[in-house]
Amino acid sequence: MTTLDTAPQSAPRASFFNDPVIRGIIYQIVVAAVLIAFIVWIVGNTAANLAAQNKTTGFDFLWKTAGFDISFSLLPWSRGSYYWEAFLVGLLNTLLVAFIGIVFATILGFTIGIARLSSNFIVSSIATVYIEVIRNIPLLLQLFFWYFAVLKAMPAVRQSLELPYGSFINQRGIFVPRPMPDEQFGFVWIALAVAVAAVFLLRHWARKRLEATGQRFPVFLTSLVLLIGITAIGWLVSGASVAFDPPVLERFNFRGGLALPPEFVALAFGLTIYTASFIAETVRAGIQSVNHGQTEAAQSLGLKDNDRLRLVIVPQAMRVIIPPLTSQYLNLTKNSSLGAAIGYPELVNVFAGTSLNQTGRAIECIAITMLVYLVLSLATSALMNWYNGRVRLVER
Amino acid sequence: MTDIGYVRSDLVDARPAPNRTSGPIAWARKNLFANPTDTLLTALGVLFLLWILPPLFGWTIFNAVGPNGTVEECRMENAGACWAYISSEMEFFIYGFYDIPEQWRPNIVFALGALLLTPLLIPKAPFKRTNAVLFFLVYPIVSYFLLAGGVFGLRYIPTEKWGGLLVTLIISVIGITLSFPIGIMLALGRQSSLPIIKTVCVCFIELIRSVPLITILFMASIMLPLFMPQGTTVDKFLRAIVGVTLFTSAYMAEVVRGGLQAIPRGQYEAAAALGLGYWQRMGFIILPQALKHVIPGIVNSAIALFKDTSLVYIVGMKDLLEAVKTKNDTALEWQSANTATTGYLFAAMVFWVFCFGMSRYSIYMENRLNTGYKR
Repeated sequence: MTTLDTAPQSAPRASFFNDPVIRGIIYQIVVAAVLIAFIVWIVGNTAANLAAQNKTTGFDFLWKTAGFDISFSLLPWSRGSYYWEAFLVGLLNTLLVAFIGIVFATILGFTIGIARLSSNFIVSSIATVYIEVIRNIPLLLQLFFWYFAVLKAMPAVRQSLELPYGSFINQRGIFVPRPMPDEQFGFVWIALAVAVAAVFLLRHWARKRLEATGQRFPVFLTSLVLLIGITAIGWLVSGASVAFDPPVLERFNFRGGLALPPEFVALAFGLTIYTASFIAETVRAGIQSVNHGQTEAAQSLGLKDNDRLRLVIVPQAMRVIIPPLTSQYLNLTKNSSLGAAIGYPELVNVFAGTSLNQTGRAIECIAITMLVYLVLSLATSALMNWYNGRVRLVER
Repeated sequence: MTDIGYVRSDLVDARPAPNRTSGPIAWARKNLFANPTDTLLTALGVLFLLWILPPLFGWTIFNAVGPNGTVEECRMENAGACWAYISSEMEFFIYGFYDIPEQWRPNIVFALGALLLTPLLIPKAPFKRTNAVLFFLVYPIVSYFLLAGGVFGLRYIPTEKWGGLLVTLIISVIGITLSFPIGIMLALGRQSSLPIIKTVCVCFIELIRSVPLITILFMASIMLPLFMPQGTTVDKFLRAIVGVTLFTSAYMAEVVRGGLQAIPRGQYEAAAALGLGYWQRMGFIILPQALKHVIPGIVNSAIALFKDTSLVYIVGMKDLLEAVKTKNDTALEWQSANTATTGYLFAAMVFWVFCFGMSRYSIYMENRLNTGYKR
């Protein structure tokens, strides 16, 4: 008689070398050892190289005077400024052009993305051609085109082209009148703040009422009236006025007004045009990702066109659009470093370029520059994860 | 039967024919004049085209100076694009400073590349495996020795002299060839259950992806010499390739990871249940499916890399864009109001043809490989 051996058996032991756990540990030890050896080798080489070149390391150079000029700066800058101020100037210039690029690229990108889906043949064709042409040409080439072939080819200062509203364009950039608000203008800002607060209160109240009674309130129109009305009243009552300081052509250059250097205009323009084509594709994909059944379902619920878009289609499309849109914003910010190639004094140009060359502190300068981009990108992705968690489809 | 009130005694008129649903008129009604807004948009669109197209065609074609023109014609008032400049500087745009008597060598490289690449791209062509080995392994080595010389009696030509479209193409082909396997390895490493390997891969990918390529090239050009033992010099060309490859492989890794995550767990489990080892599971079951999913992403990375090669001017290479810019700035004998614009337009057209071609090919392959989801 045979007996079944039902006693629990331990899993069959593989030989020592074939055990996946042990293998994993061995692999990891090997990888770690190779990596550490590599790092030690690099650090050793670098130290030897630096010693051979009589170079010192450290971040003390940040508190030395820079002694070079920066053509465009939001902060007061002189040759006597310190290197850490140069860093701030570069960072602010990067953020400025990135911010302006993001605002305009979003507007242009959404317009073109929606135009691409238009049922109108001509409109959608123009959008398609725009996207396919701009996306497939390197950004640097586009920047060179705008800077060297368009803006630098403008007439000299004496022959400036006149634009509407007392603006001028010439080789040295675009000159526009500078708005000069007087002291009373502070009241206008206060009025605007009050208006914004009123709009938020109105929205809150309208929502409460909708939930309680089901009655709707034309929030959008009222908000518009409130915003314009309160601000206008603030303006009129305070008697504020805005004077414009127009650019005036003098002997060698324009005086007064607000000068936008060609580097800045070319970079902002190029980034906007280039990124807009990617945003347009993102927007198109997002809108197309909403199943047509959603439209039909919304219609059969009896929603008006307006509500259908606002309550059903757009929220679902935005869930798909926002994450790639943010990465486009990040790309735009990173691409603004190409400003270095056309002489816009942004972070890479000022810090990893001029400062590095003057101080010779290559490792420190590049590390700081990379760290800035790393922080920007990690912050953005943290924000994205938070947003994704918030809008995630909640399934059973 | 007299109590019938009314009987119609003549035939009813035929109803008007229904609106056409096909043909050009119906098409125009549907796509151009569907409603008043649509008609307005069409009118605006036509106005826009009328505003932009005549000057564009006038400048690039009708008023342009042809390839055999002279610089005097280019300098004339109302002259359009100066194509004569392009045709006379074409050699520099393609080969850079490569010695003129030796230009048959890059020509052979171009021809060989086209000869090997074409059957690789045509799905029906036979001998794919041999072809791939030839293109990805043998061809780069042969090309290097052919271009650099120094062996078999070929004159040595340093990489500093290489330039123009030649450099753009070499860097992109090598960059794509190297970054693809590295990207797959990084993606697998990121999915790995071994913590150290996973951490290393995640850190590498996230670090590279969060900084602009320009800083990585700065690093390659300034810090790579510092990292190497004293006395070694790193070739500029190698610096460019290292920078571009590191950068693209991080993006490739994320693309491939997307594909790996799209594979249902069951596939991993089924492969394990068959008793396959890790590399067999990945190589035979997971990767073929995952890569198929992410072909558009891979091609997008390839296109991005191709466009990014324009940044290698930072390490001092003269790629196509840099060659055009150099000539624009220095070719005094071609100085005219339209020279620079024509040069950039030419470079843009070359880049566009390659990038657009790649994106069309990816759409074609995507449709072909889309076997499981056909409706």
